[in-house]
Amino acid sequence: MSGQSEFLPGQRQARRLDLHSGTVQMNHGAGGRAMTDLIDLLFRKAFDNPLLNQANDQARFHVPAQDMVMTTDSFVISPLFFPGGDIGSLAVHGTVNDLAMGGAEALYLTAGFILEEGLPLADLARIVDSMAAAAREAGVQIVSGDTKVVERGKGDGVFINTAGIGRVIAGVNVSGDRARPGDKVLISGTIGDHGVAVMSLRQGLSFSTQLRSDSASLNGLVAVMAARAGPSLKVLRDPTRGGVAATLNEVAQQSGVGIQLQETALPVRPEVRGACELLGLDPLNVANEGKLLVICEADVADELLATMQQQPLGRDAAIIGEVIEDPLLLLRMTTHIGGDRVVDWLHGEQLPRIC
Amino acid sequence: MKYVDEFRDGERARGLARALCAEADPARRYRLMEFCGGHTHAVFRYGVPDLLPGNIELIHGPGCPVCVLPIGRLDMARRLVEKHPEVILASYGDMLRVPGSGRRTLLQAKADGADVRMVYSVSDALELARTNPQRQVVFFGIGFETTTPPTALGIVEAQKNKLQNFSVFCNHVLTPAAMGAILGAPAGDSDTVAIDGIIGPSHVSVIIGSDAYRFCPDRHHKPVVIAGFEPLDVLQSLLMLVRQLNDGRAEVENQYIRAVTAEGNRRAQELVARVFTLRERFEWRGLGEIPRSALALADAYRDFDAEHRFAMQYVAAEGTKGCECPAVLRGSKKPEDCALFATACTPQSPLGSCMVSDEGACAAYFTYGRFRQDALAPPGQRRGVHGEVRKA
Amino acid sequence: MCLAIPVQIDEILDAEHAIASVSGIQREINTALVEDLQQGDYVILHVGYALSKLDEEEAAETLRTMAEAGLLQDARQ
Repeated sequence: MSGQSEFLPGQRQARRLDLHSGTVQMNHGAGGRAMTDLIDLLFRKAFDNPLLNQANDQARFHVPAQDMVMTTDSFVISPLFFPGGDIGSLAVHGTVNDLAMGGAEALYLTAGFILEEGLPLADLARIVDSMAAAAREAGVQIVSGDTKVVERGKGDGVFINTAGIGRVIAGVNVSGDRARPGDKVLISGTIGDHGVAVMSLRQGLSFSTQLRSDSASLNGLVAVMAARAGPSLKVLRDPTRGGVAATLNEVAQQSGVGIQLQETALPVRPEVRGACELLGLDPLNVANEGKLLVICEADVADELLATMQQQPLGRDAAIIGEVIEDPLLLLRMTTHIGGDRVVDWLHGEQLPRIC
Repeated sequence: MKYVDEFRDGERARGLARALCAEADPARRYRLMEFCGGHTHAVFRYGVPDLLPGNIELIHGPGCPVCVLPIGRLDMARRLVEKHPEVILASYGDMLRVPGSGRRTLLQAKADGADVRMVYSVSDALELARTNPQRQVVFFGIGFETTTPPTALGIVEAQKNKLQNFSVFCNHVLTPAAMGAILGAPAGDSDTVAIDGIIGPSHVSVIIGSDAYRFCPDRHHKPVVIAGFEPLDVLQSLLMLVRQLNDGRAEVENQYIRAVTAEGNRRAQELVARVFTLRERFEWRGLGEIPRSALALADAYRDFDAEHRFAMQYVAAEGTKGCECPAVLRGSKKPEDCALFATACTPQSPLGSCMVSDEGACAAYFTYGRFRQDALAPPGQRRGVHGEVRKA
Repeated sequence: MCLAIPVQIDEILDAEHAIASVSGIQREINTALVEDLQQGDYVILHVGYALSKLDEEEAAETLRTMAEAGLLQDARQ
């Protein structure tokens, strides 16, 4: 029998996709030829890995012997493109980081797309290529996906939903409820970069800056940290929405402890400080997409810090505080002038103020 | 950041704190009002009360334009944008979450379909008017004398460029009038809070000048120190007030010499005098009606007055039952004296303006947690909301 | 009550506009309220408008008197 059957995957006659000036149409989500072409010529071509290339609705893989972690996330950011990234790279980094914060090696991701009719295919291609690059950089594969299209006006260009699977690194047991008085709190780098970079694009807050989002996959950094001090790591968490303040407040509640930060120890880029001062915002409340908080036993803190600072994503790492006894479970900070204040959870989005 | 970091330096702070502890006379109390909401915010954000001796009590003043705006005025803005779909209401972020009548906010009106947009500057509102010629752009003008000159410039530019679809809903208010109302309140009245001296606002004073406060020592025999915006400025200003009181002096002193002069910014003052006119009276939340304390657009600029263009009507409105914002704004009650504080009224669900504005005393106190820390003070020695030591 | 911060003039555009920056954040600002501005000057910025110039000498004087207050205490002890 001739091997060139048109029913074998990859052998079909495919139409070209007009990435230059084409837009997403309703039939791209209808399950027919148009959708398959979009998947083959855009998604599969970019993500390209053996599991995905099998072209089944599911990916089959062997489950290793140790504990697994699994996560899901959705991305609805607007604008779609910002300095330092886009919704696609953010989706990959965000999902990988959710896995890494479980003390796990990230293995596989899925990606579901909800596309708005009229979205330029050129933009979609840019996003997909960005995701592919992010995945390669992080050493993960996108092994399954889904595509739906909604009518014009019913979506914000594109929404992305992901799921991720990873395998726990041996010896690591991190959880939000494991912080204990005496433990040290470290941050892997400067805070507030992502939030300020994205904010600068918002109408009404126009300022120009060289600042880029810090969006990055932290699994490599976590692997090195685990190798150095695995059993002494208590909590790993990335301070995304709500910033460091929200994340540490969560941990304090979960662990039943208080946390005391030192304002003079917080690493903040000058531009982030400048933007926050201009708008009356607090960097502790601003989102990060490429930073992690780690709470560890006091005796490994200095060593862990040195290890982190040798990694590209940990150059500005710092010890910023410690866990204390506190029946009120507050996150507090010793200020620049030596006073004390509570770092409260924000209620809702922080708005710039003039007063 | 130059001119900022140096004024937050821990070493200098400790030095000023030592001086305050040494010079404050243990035999007396110093009840000092920081008039400006921005100072209230800075005081709690940096933990200034932790550096003060126990007999210096900070009383929070009404210098928070969001807090003192009557609910009825906020309702006018919301009704305007709900009734007129052609209107884009351009507002500073501060106003968007303040609950008006029925606890409705501008942000909720926006969610319900009204066109409310946050702007950082009046120039952004002008831009909105330029790019939306078929719509009406109304700028929600609030603020004390610092914010008024920018609004004036906006109106002048609109007139120059014949931007017919731009107008201003003016709620600008005056600091000396409010300060006078506080200092002139009848002594012995249970509602009147005793004040020994005032920390004057930083940037209002840049505009109006330190001479504008002469009435405080002249008419009320109270010392005033104009303070810069940073925590060290506040500490140094407190020291200057303590020294005045120890010496029995009552003068206007300027601590913010790097930005404030005796006569202020003449150009800004003249501009404001040209574009605005004094309202005969204006209602202030917490302070009642104060004569000649607020501004409206002058006749020459009537065309840009939103109240005139849209025939907006003021209807006085009551705050939430049990809300003690008026007393808190006067300084006669502390946040925890309000039954709603931290129970029904929190930053997440604010019932009054003192909680929703970042520099309202209730918000500052709740967010930075004074009351939570004090709950754990040893018996017999509690620190009150202003940092003063209270008997438990 | 009035959030305002010191920014530095990078470039004068015309009598009423300039480019100013703080810590690498740059923004066009309105300078109509301030006279005799030059590149390099510091101004107090509020809602996009310069309110006044910052006097460098007076700032240094303030820092000096602040430091002095602390030293006086050390001397007394």
